[in-house]
Amino acid sequence: MTNKYSKWIWGVPLWILAIAFLAPFAWMISTALKPDVDAYKIPMQWIPDPFQWDNFSTVLSGATSVLPAFGRSVFVALLRVAGELITATMAGYAFARMSFKGRDKLFLLYLATAIIPAQLLLVPRFIYFQKLGLYDTLWALILPGMFTVLGTFLMRQFFVSQPAEFAEAARMDGANEWRVFTRIYLPLATPVMSALGILAFVWSWNDYETPLVLISNPDRYTLPLSLTNFVDEQGQIAPGLTMAASVISIVPVLIVFVVLQRRFIAAMTHTGIK
Amino acid sequence: MIAFTLIPLISVVVLAFTDWNLVSGLGGITFNGIDNFVAIARDPGFWHAIGLTLVYVVVSVPLTVVLGLALGIALNRPLPGRAVLRAIFFLPYIVNVVAIGMTWLMLMNPKAGLVNQVLDAFGLQPGWFASSHWALPALIVMAVWGGVGYCSLIYLSALQDAPRQLYEAADIDGASAWSKFRVITWPSLLPTTIFLLVTLIIGASQGFGLIALITAGGPGDATTTISYYMYQTGFQFYRFGYASAIGLVTFVGVLVLTLLTWRAQRGRALND
Repeated sequence: MTNKYSKWIWGVPLWILAIAFLAPFAWMISTALKPDVDAYKIPMQWIPDPFQWDNFSTVLSGATSVLPAFGRSVFVALLRVAGELITATMAGYAFARMSFKGRDKLFLLYLATAIIPAQLLLVPRFIYFQKLGLYDTLWALILPGMFTVLGTFLMRQFFVSQPAEFAEAARMDGANEWRVFTRIYLPLATPVMSALGILAFVWSWNDYETPLVLISNPDRYTLPLSLTNFVDEQGQIAPGLTMAASVISIVPVLIVFVVLQRRFIAAMTHTGIK
Repeated sequence: MIAFTLIPLISVVVLAFTDWNLVSGLGGITFNGIDNFVAIARDPGFWHAIGLTLVYVVVSVPLTVVLGLALGIALNRPLPGRAVLRAIFFLPYIVNVVAIGMTWLMLMNPKAGLVNQVLDAFGLQPGWFASSHWALPALIVMAVWGGVGYCSLIYLSALQDAPRQLYEAADIDGASAWSKFRVITWPSLLPTTIFLLVTLIIGASQGFGLIALITAGGPGDATTTISYYMYQTGFQFYRFGYASAIGLVTFVGVLVLTLLTWRAQRGRALND
């Protein structure tokens, strides 16, 4: 069954399917590298002729640059990842290793909030952030993004799976709870933390709905919002510029994905939740 | 946690019983009992949106799961460049919705887009986002394209846990590929399938980003799904009370649908 040829009997159709699957991305790159007049040429011109980088230089410089938005997306993502890791490890540890009254009931209640869609909470968040003066600032994106139920859940499951003897031994030596947490359990948790960090980064980087509602000033747009800058008032899209900016928006997640693919996929399948 | 989830949640429930919009300010909040819910029941826009959402969910979710399963099984075989193949199908999942939406919007340009250039060979020229008939199918095509890779990845990891000795026993008995699938693979994948169904149903009924970006609910109201309807009511017309009520009703509806899926599947698993 696993001889040389049977591999290709399935391989060839799957590769053809994969290439068709990639067509939108190929189209994106091709359009980014050609003048707009060629964007809708019939038949489609895959290899740009003339080949030009003008679209990239336009979206990377001057008034139309997406770099400030890129920077804001990086800023938001870094703070969200850092916040997520801190809150998830601490809450996860508390739910797993510390004993307090009603701990497991509280954890269940906490888990139950995961089924509440973020979209439902947007209206009150919109109102509160306006009252607090956080509306239309990056903090409106960062603060609620600094913890997720999923993150706490992941970390709790990990800490529960770790033997309690480590902690007991350390406590005998006079270590307090904080030392036990930071010196013993936290170093063990680095693989899970990196998986969670990757997920948090991708969530933050690709988030479009939250900034759509909570950010209105184009000077504070994050990258996904700024991609819509190349659409004029009549809804006409500038193909080359939009695609060049889109390519730029994909590069960071693509790098994370390619470099950390194994860990990335492990994170996705362990949590199974976007 | 309390500040960003619990308080907003309570607020949404309270707001759902008020008549309040942005213009009237905080002082303008007036409780109107169940008026919002009565209004929802009589609101043709709401029911239209519910209908569209049901069509969208009922078509796109099973299609994504079935194709994802087929792809997952195929990618579980020995293949040339298997790791690369897996990554390719997963790619749409990690790309932001704006880049994807803009690309598909141009690919599906009715006159000169690549999709219609290909379909032209079959004598088809759907109007996609310019047509009230084709806009929803266009969104479904995008959803399936974006979701199959994710489903196949989740199935793939479940397949690797499938009971190997059962397959060996089946081989000895001379079972056909189909009966092996039906008797061994499918039951062992059932929990994964339920999980995917539930996640995709929730995702498909809650997201409004893509619709806000590409169609703004149109043409006309051809793609005003329930989540977009809520977004429109809340953040374009600033009717916060009514939007909260819509959100709450939808949430409860999705919750019931999810529980029913769960129960139905569990019942079947026990009967096997």
